[in-house]
Amino acid sequence: MNDRRLLAEVLVLSLAAPVLLCGCATVSEAGTGIAQAAGVLTSSQAASINRSVQAVEKTWQDLTPEQEFYIGRAVVAQVLQTYPPLDRPQANEYLNVLGQSLAAFSARPETFGGYHFLLLDSHEINAFAAPGGLILVTRGMVRCCQNEDELAAVLAHEICHVEKKHGLSSIKQGRLSQAFTIIASESAKQAGGEQLAALTREFEGSVSDVVTTLTTSGYSRGQERDADAAGIRLLQRAGYPAAAMVTMLERMDERLADSGGFGFAQTHPSAKSRADALRKTIRDTEPSPDAVRQQRFSAALQSVLASR
Amino acid sequence: MNIRVLAVLIVISVGVAFAAPMSVQVRNGRVRATPSQLGAVVATVDYGAKVEAGTPEKGWYPVTTADGKTGWLHESVLSKKPIVLRAGTTDAATGASSDEVALAGKGFNEQVEAKLRREGKLDYSWVDRMSAITIGADQLAEFRAQGHLPGGAQ
Repeated sequence: MNDRRLLAEVLVLSLAAPVLLCGCATVSEAGTGIAQAAGVLTSSQAASINRSVQAVEKTWQDLTPEQEFYIGRAVVAQVLQTYPPLDRPQANEYLNVLGQSLAAFSARPETFGGYHFLLLDSHEINAFAAPGGLILVTRGMVRCCQNEDELAAVLAHEICHVEKKHGLSSIKQGRLSQAFTIIASESAKQAGGEQLAALTREFEGSVSDVVTTLTTSGYSRGQERDADAAGIRLLQRAGYPAAAMVTMLERMDERLADSGGFGFAQTHPSAKSRADALRKTIRDTEPSPDAVRQQRFSAALQSVLASR
Repeated sequence: MNIRVLAVLIVISVGVAFAAPMSVQVRNGRVRATPSQLGAVVATVDYGAKVEAGTPEKGWYPVTTADGKTGWLHESVLSKKPIVLRAGTTDAATGASSDEVALAGKGFNEQVEAKLRREGKLDYSWVDRMSAITIGADQLAEFRAQGHLPGGAQ
């Protein structure tokens, strides 16, 4: 490229940057602006229309990390009504150290309340990632893992659902439009009685949408494959072999066939098809498990891995 | 001056000119000594606190806190929108609309959770217990070192 032309282009881009970054008025603003100019609307009417239209235009992507945090907490509280927690402090601590060790390498290492992990006392093979970073893993799922690397693969997959906000994306837009309209009309931090009641209804509905997706209907196949692919990259960044994701899925496939297809099988695409798709993308062969990792995995999860 | 060098300088100066205040959007932001989640914590910043953020490098912003401490914060910690903790504070008084400022605590919040707790609809005791499990930086470093996991690379 000609040097002077390059300089001119850089100058134009430099000057345009602030406009490109800040100048995104919505279509509704443009519309009410024209109506105001024509004398059809007063400025306060236009402002009011813009406020409500903007509220309706907002989606799950506009939920703040704080709102995501409160949704995630309620999702976990609700899932725990069906799947009881497993009260084993040593095993839960190990799960948290392993999970934190992976989350540190995530593209989203920090959430409002951080990542926390809990075992569930269920023989069903399943794992749930609530919005904001609260992750639940059944003992049935732990039993599918032969070593720390494979359990790391399960957690990496779930962390990627949090990173990509797949849980929030399952909230119905109608509820969010209602909620954002209430939020827009709140004049202060504290909502009044009626507003709070209405907001709580939309909140409960949103939580229920996420719980239904996690426990019954499942994420889309695309979202699952996304979490698999990102999960493999996360595993590798954290120092674990990518092959662990494939071997874990293959064993899960065998166990699911034995279990009659409940739980995970209902909410996820076939483990075998996922393993086959991933095997094509990874080059490294299955390494022999690290002795220290193997030992601490067995020691911490002894009681979880024990007979049914 | 070589025109290519001048072009590079303009790009850099525009970047510096955009060093701007950003707000902490997580409950406890940890400012790191290095741009790594495993880096030592040199300061902590609360939800809503403002920091001066420079040009990010691979998802990490060099920042200066209100009390002058410097370090790095991951982009997931920061929001470009000013976060106002309460209505009626200086920022809220500037007349910025709610689209330009995020009012902390608005919407799905503590108040909504408190209502659900009061009505006995959800039991949060295990949610609180699992959220209370914290792993120290030393414990994490030891776990990674003993397990022969490479540290630091993001």
